[in-house]
Amino acid sequence: MQQADRRDFLKLAGMAGVTFTAGLFPGWQAAAQAAADFHFVQFSDTHWGYSGPANPDAEHTLEKAVATVNGLAKQPDFIVFTGDLTHTTDDGKERRARMKRFREIVGALSVKDVRFMPGEHDASLDKGEAFKEFFGATHYTFDHKGVHFIVLDNVSDPGAKLGDEQLAWLAADLKQRKTDDRIVVLTHRPLFDLKPDWDWTTADGAKAIELLMPYQNVVVFYGHIHQENHHMTGHIAHHAAKSLIFPLPAPGSQPKRAPLPYDAAMPGLGTRDIAVAAKVTWTELPVTKA
Amino acid sequence: MKRRVFTALLVGSAAGGTARLLAAETPNEIKVLAMKFDFTPETIKVKVGQPVTLVLTSMDRIHGFKMPEFGIRTDIIPDQETRVTLTPQKTGNFTFFCDIFCGDGHEDMSGTLVVEA
Repeated sequence: MQQADRRDFLKLAGMAGVTFTAGLFPGWQAAAQAAADFHFVQFSDTHWGYSGPANPDAEHTLEKAVATVNGLAKQPDFIVFTGDLTHTTDDGKERRARMKRFREIVGALSVKDVRFMPGEHDASLDKGEAFKEFFGATHYTFDHKGVHFIVLDNVSDPGAKLGDEQLAWLAADLKQRKTDDRIVVLTHRPLFDLKPDWDWTTADGAKAIELLMPYQNVVVFYGHIHQENHHMTGHIAHHAAKSLIFPLPAPGSQPKRAPLPYDAAMPGLGTRDIAVAAKVTWTELPVTKA
Repeated sequence: MKRRVFTALLVGSAAGGTARLLAAETPNEIKVLAMKFDFTPETIKVKVGQPVTLVLTSMDRIHGFKMPEFGIRTDIIPDQETRVTLTPQKTGNFTFFCDIFCGDGHEDMSGTLVVEA
């Protein structure tokens, strides 16, 4: 059984950055997975279309991050975007224009296997209608080198629910898995109650966690809170990613969840390069390679 | 006009709160308007131990009203009064907020219930 090794400082793919290791697949036998190692990159909360003092560089930050990921010495197998691709607008025409421009920018990624999921800014005002037009389904699964990925949509319902139908779909999918299968869940909002009075939760997320709990090797990567955060619900690890627009305060660290002041060095922004093996390790990547 | 009534009591004090309410103690009513992206009033002052009914009305679209520390959440639907009755059992400041995404500014749509001695 792999043990947590939180001080494993490595460099991945020639990119400077601190690498973290978590004992995320405790039930997985290392000998069985030697050929299955791979890595993928997580982008989150790009908020294309945002304009404001929290990021005066908003028109260029995403392009810079794309260039940084394209510069990785070892390109990822695929890339995921865990929601809030665009900043919300009441105007459906403008929403589609933002999604179109976003898609053009990320079309410059060298890696063409890109998986998208919505955030509330993309999908809550029209129940995911525009998102589906541009990016397809809002919840789905895929498999990669022996790892099962489950994408959950906890934003198309404006009340931040997965809903009974999606939960039934999740239960049916999990029934096809063995309890020691490696499972990675990708979603936008935290599935657990991170900070309920800041609405950093999923209304029925506990039901999803309950469904996942019998499975020994589950890890969740999500966004929404615009900062790193690491939390365990039993043996299931939940890891929040930085955003590419502006950082938000640590949970409860200030009265309101207002964006942190802009810093031109963008220390609170970036993407994440995730290596999957018996353990899962990741390197936080800056917006721009130094 | 339809009416929906919700009663909420602090965890651990439900029995005492209910007894007082059923003893014909009429809750004070406070009207609270919801409109993108504010609650009016934003700060609501109440007295500890005294029942209060928040009469919630939306001026534009559906909003949510959530106050986790009281276990309260409800939709606020336009042209419909939503009434939330509670009896706070401890002093302090308690956040309430809209939990139905309502646009660019939704994250700022919150207020504070101030419970005074």
